[in-house]
Amino acid sequence: MQISGWGRYPRIQAKLSTPRSEAALAALLDGGPLIARGMGRAYGDSALAAHTVSMLRLNHMIDFDPQTGQLVAEAGVTLQEIITAFLPRGWFLSVTPGTQFVSLGGAIAADVHGKNHHSEGAFSAFVDWFDLMGPGGTVTRCSRTENKELFGWTLGGMGLTGIVLRAAIRLKRVHSGWIRQTTIAAQNLDQALAAFEDTYSATYSMAWIDCAATGDTMGRSIVMNGEHALRADLPATHRARPFDIPGHSGKSIPFDFPGFVLNPWSVRAFNEFYFRMNARKPAQSLVGWENFFYPLDAVRDWNRIYGRKGFMQFQCVVPLDSHAEGLRAILDAISRSGAGSFLAVLKRFGAQDSRLSFPMEGYTLALDFPMTTRALALMPELDRITADHGGRFYLAKDSRLPAQTLLDTDPRWQKFAAMRRQKGLAGQFASAQSERLGL
Amino acid sequence: MSRSILILGANSDIARACAHRFAQDGYAVRLAARDTNALASDVTDIALRHRVDVTAHAFDALDTPGFAAFLDALPELPGTVLCAVGVMGDQDQSQTDPDAAARVLRSNFEGPALILGLLAERFEARGSGTIIGISSVAGDRGRASNYVYGAAKAGFTAFLSGMRNRFARSDIHVVTVKPGFVATRMTEGLDLNPRLTAQPDEVADAIFAAQTKRRNVIYVKPLWRWIMTIIRVLPEVVFKKTSL
Repeated sequence: MQISGWGRYPRIQAKLSTPRSEAALAALLDGGPLIARGMGRAYGDSALAAHTVSMLRLNHMIDFDPQTGQLVAEAGVTLQEIITAFLPRGWFLSVTPGTQFVSLGGAIAADVHGKNHHSEGAFSAFVDWFDLMGPGGTVTRCSRTENKELFGWTLGGMGLTGIVLRAAIRLKRVHSGWIRQTTIAAQNLDQALAAFEDTYSATYSMAWIDCAATGDTMGRSIVMNGEHALRADLPATHRARPFDIPGHSGKSIPFDFPGFVLNPWSVRAFNEFYFRMNARKPAQSLVGWENFFYPLDAVRDWNRIYGRKGFMQFQCVVPLDSHAEGLRAILDAISRSGAGSFLAVLKRFGAQDSRLSFPMEGYTLALDFPMTTRALALMPELDRITADHGGRFYLAKDSRLPAQTLLDTDPRWQKFAAMRRQKGLAGQFASAQSERLGL
Repeated sequence: MSRSILILGANSDIARACAHRFAQDGYAVRLAARDTNALASDVTDIALRHRVDVTAHAFDALDTPGFAAFLDALPELPGTVLCAVGVMGDQDQSQTDPDAAARVLRSNFEGPALILGLLAERFEARGSGTIIGISSVAGDRGRASNYVYGAAKAGFTAFLSGMRNRFARSDIHVVTVKPGFVATRMTEGLDLNPRLTAQPDEVADAIFAAQTKRRNVIYVKPLWRWIMTIIRVLPEVVFKKTSL
């Protein structure tokens, strides 16, 4: 069957196996290359291979300790399922990416980050241990004290060290499903960066950035900070049931938009509208967890707005000190190219967590581009600017990075590739991405 | 009275999705299947997620003499029973090997009908209950590609329809489910049209809604009702020449 990542590019013809037991999974590891796949939310080719193994039926929850908040679950369990089961009991994910439709295994493989990276770290910071199935179906328990080498290479290792069967993660105590949100309208990039630094103590922060704005308003942003609301923060009407949030509409995109819908003018108009709408909102508000963490999940299949050809995401991080210059150069290159990015997100990162984590102390910029020749032509320039400023790239978003660029900007992957060859992992676990990048 | 559901053939993907759906609404769940070892992880999972009482019970749909004892050993007479027992079998093998064909007929018709028949008696004595049988669109008209399985499902559909008729004036309700294509272990590897193929969760939602709304016969993807209506009304002279 044909499969693709969330960006719907590239698409490949693949055999998709769906094991329903550990034994059935082990039987698939016969030496030929394969890659595990969860919800398919990596944008590019991270979870694509001629033989792809869906982990979605290995999705049992195994244990929960209400004293420590430690949840043990199989890799196919989704973050949405974890929230559904545990938020009503006063627990939330310690780290969550911008969608709840990812699997636990995928979150570990990509070492995903969220709006609290600067304050609390990446997903890996809350992984106590996992069981990893390697070549021949052997299972290894990995943690910070047990098989720590493999533990380190697997967090952020894009599924290339083996298949995570089950993991123990720590959830976070919360007292409501609401977030106290603070919104700051920044008129340009300098103001936006200043807002991030001024509010560094906020637990959650991110900014939507208008890539269509130029000149004096280049980099204008809506910076959003958030804190979990206590019961006392809620209006009296919500206090009795602090975890109940009036629901999402759950609209979906019923068909692929034709290619012309997203063009430089519509993107500009949308961004203008979005900026003005948010700039007018009150600076302080109480929002439900879905609206705060997962605004795009409200529109199911939103990737279809990019039409049949799909889209790509570019996400880099530029280290502190060179970040302002680097971000400005990137924004400038985008506006010169006219390949406007519809959805763009800016975020302050804290220090790198695990050995292969993408985040580092600095700023990350995530941009969506429709799959057009103009956008493709822009990518090498964004790569070069990122490299020139000491930055690096997020593989969970990538579908086109040249191998040399990755290895030059991020030498950790050279060691990773050598480790894979030495341990005999390269033949058993491979994705379209690992082959493209020579990992 | 706390509500409970007995799920027969609980190792299937549809059964598992239904167990979660009913547990989500607070039902105690009784999982029954031949291989109870395979149910252990589901018992833990469902209890952990939904904080309901979940137990596993050994049940073999081909062991008719053991049915009464199986029902007696349950923690309670369930409020709802869902029968998801069934095997597709291999049509070619069923044509040449009577034992294989008998296994398909017994697993899809005889076993499910007899156990639900016994439960119906107990429901009648109590005066209430919901019986949900997972039949198949394959039972709507016999086709060359799977008529042994189809015939068994046709029998099961007729059995459910008869019970529904019998209990029409009582508090016992019978639901016939014809899921159409579902993305399960049974259909893995087949290239199915996504518009006609339901996910197990969708089937579970449809079944739960059918119980609540007391619906009689449901198809999960609405298109199937139209397709099967056309297939049923095709004149035999035309139908016999088709290869569907």
